Amino acid sequence: MIEFEVPEKITGVMNVIETVAVNMMRPVARYFDEHEHEIPWDYINFMHTAAKAMGGGGTSMAAGDKNREGPRLAYQRLAFMVEGLSWGDPGLYLCMPGGMLGSAAVAAAGTDEQKERFLKRFKGDTPVFDAMCMTESQAGSDTSAIRATAVLDKTTNEWILNGEKIFVTAGHKAMLDSQGFIVVWATIDPSAGRAGMRSFVVEAGTPGAQVTKMEHKLGIRASDTASIVLQDCRVPFINILGSPTVETTTKGFKGAMATFDATRPIVAAQAIGLARATLGLLKEMLAEKGVTIRYGLPRQKLTSIEKDVIDMEIQLRSAWLLVIKAVWMMDNGKPNSLESSMSKVRAGDVVNKITQKAVEIMGPLGYSREYLLEKWFRDAKISDIYEGTGQINRLVVARLILEYRSKDLS
Amino acid sequence: MYSFEPSEEQKMLIDAVNRFATNDMRPAAHDAEESGQYQSRLIDKGWELGVLQASIPEAYGGFGDRSVVTGVLAAESMAWGDLAGSMAIMAPGLFTMPILLAGTEEQKKTYIPAVIEAAWQPYTAALLEPKFDFDANDVATTAEASGDEYLLNGEKTYVPFASEAKSMIVYAKMDGKTRGFILPSGTPGVTIPAERQKLMGLNALPFYSVKLEGVRIPKANILPGEFGPVLDASRVTLASMAVGVAKAAFEYSRDYAKDRDVFGMKVAQKQAIAFMLAEMAIEIEAMRALTWEAAWMLDTGKPDATKQAYLAQTGAADMVMMVTDRAVQILGGHGYIREHPVELFMRNGRGFATFTGLAMV
Repeated sequence: MIEFEVPEKITGVMNVIETVAVNMMRPVARYFDEHEHEIPWDYINFMHTAAKAMGGGGTSMAAGDKNREGPRLAYQRLAFMVEGLSWGDPGLYLCMPGGMLGSAAVAAAGTDEQKERFLKRFKGDTPVFDAMCMTESQAGSDTSAIRATAVLDKTTNEWILNGEKIFVTAGHKAMLDSQGFIVVWATIDPSAGRAGMRSFVVEAGTPGAQVTKMEHKLGIRASDTASIVLQDCRVPFINILGSPTVETTTKGFKGAMATFDATRPIVAAQAIGLARATLGLLKEMLAEKGVTIRYGLPRQKLTSIEKDVIDMEIQLRSAWLLVIKAVWMMDNGKPNSLESSMSKVRAGDVVNKITQKAVEIMGPLGYSREYLLEKWFRDAKISDIYEGTGQINRLVVARLILEYRSKDLS
Repeated sequence: MYSFEPSEEQKMLIDAVNRFATNDMRPAAHDAEESGQYQSRLIDKGWELGVLQASIPEAYGGFGDRSVVTGVLAAESMAWGDLAGSMAIMAPGLFTMPILLAGTEEQKKTYIPAVIEAAWQPYTAALLEPKFDFDANDVATTAEASGDEYLLNGEKTYVPFASEAKSMIVYAKMDGKTRGFILPSGTPGVTIPAERQKLMGLNALPFYSVKLEGVRIPKANILPGEFGPVLDASRVTLASMAVGVAKAAFEYSRDYAKDRDVFGMKVAQKQAIAFMLAEMAIEIEAMRALTWEAAWMLDTGKPDATKQAYLAQTGAADMVMMVTDRAVQILGGHGYIREHPVELFMRNGRGFATFTGLAMV
């Protein structure tokens, strides 16, 4: 049966999220945009306490608890929560303590022992962060170009990691501000291409792992974006996620890429939350000036602003439904690579169009830092870039609809 | 809860409609468009699928309760086969659905079974008017009480099967609101020219203008209910049909691109084309979800359902234009030739912003 009722379990959570967004995020959103690299500890500590009170887990990306009885809602709930928090502020949402992308990788590719060892730290008394280290200066979307290496020292049974990672979201908080960890992508056999690519857990305090730089960004400034250098960084053998041997196939790599099926709709949900915030504020500001939107009229009778706003609503709602479909499939164990990338493309497009148009429509008010519209316009752009650019995700969609492999369409 | 999975019954209906659309409608579409004639054999066969009958309660001769979701699923599949054919097959619904949604119990019992229990017969409705800023909620045709009758004046356009229709619903403004009126054929004051109207697409459908000059109809013929639900039904139906047409255009151009050689590879292997196709697929999927949600909101009586139906039609009309335009573009010169169906998809696609009232389930 086709249905679109928000599950009760989710509506309850959303009421809490909205309270948090209104009271804890909106009031400080501008401050942390203008004080880049300051850590919003009040917000972080509050969120940690709140998450614990709600039974832990929180917005954990490692949401897919497959042992639970009844209808699975984990990813649907996560999408709603991320949407709601991003409505509050996308930069602060990214400062949310608890398992994020690093944990998603551990959950997807780790053993039970690894999950226990790495993920239990999030349930402690103090907030803990994780981070994903994939991008290098010469390897962005093309992850097969990663140059960081992992060599096994058989005498000590340790992996020795070397390389430099950039654009690590929350890298500083994961390595220096909490007892967190990073998940580092490196090759165990540079001649093997993708088949040699593996991920390794590096815990905070590990010698040889150093945060070397904090980026200054266009938007999402509340969130730290770090460079991390690994210099003869030794981690125990058992910190590798997945098989330690090079196989002839790229199965391991593909398995890792499958993490994106779970994370892309969640990143899309972030875009949707911001787009909803923008459209909401725009309509409020217009209403204050006596501009109401006359739904139901043919286009020929609408004003330019009405046309824009109606178009934004269409874009926003339909993009959100694509996100819901992708996470609904995830929760129900249906293969969702296509829907996942579709939702990411659409949400990335929509949040940019909506924030750009909102600034344009509000003119001098839109461009002013007195209001949040200009900030949201800057915050929006990242949604079309990280977790696969709009172009990479178009490529994924194109290959799937054409039944092409990467050698057929590159 | 959320679910994007049709029920078993819905799947059976969609399968049946898909088979008919693939085996009967699609092969006939080109000749029907060129000759301006839709085969009555196909109309009868399509009618027997029971799409319309399925949304009429048993009390009025149908198979069950109305489900907008089921209706839009079937309408999408049928429009995928051929838009003009779908509108021809479902034309009697333009008459029965407003009576079901806005009629009295007596009207429902009098009019609906006669249409639904029989073979396909020409019934229709007249909503559109020949003006650029036509607004279904603010029509120019007027109705006023005059003794025991209503007096109707105005001019209607794009009325399918008007000349042969046994009866039609005419929409007119009364007390500031759009209302439906049952207008039996042969009523004095109604002028239907012999010549059919010529449109950019939908040539297989016989469209006529209808002039109403001092037309008197009994007071019992007004549909007392609100026009809103009727308009909502038309909006989501058209949205779903736009999705069907877009899907057809997308699939045809995708298959063509995978087959067409260019510079030593298939044209689909060029990102310029592959990305166009990816965006088309995403747009279709997005508007399909929006349409399904609008249909579900109508079924469950959600307060925002009317707005959502409007957004769905508006968005789907944009989407189908974008998709069909690109389908023609992907075929290049071949797309412009009428031997391929994409130019017809494109002509049909442009109409969805205009077709309000021409289909409803």
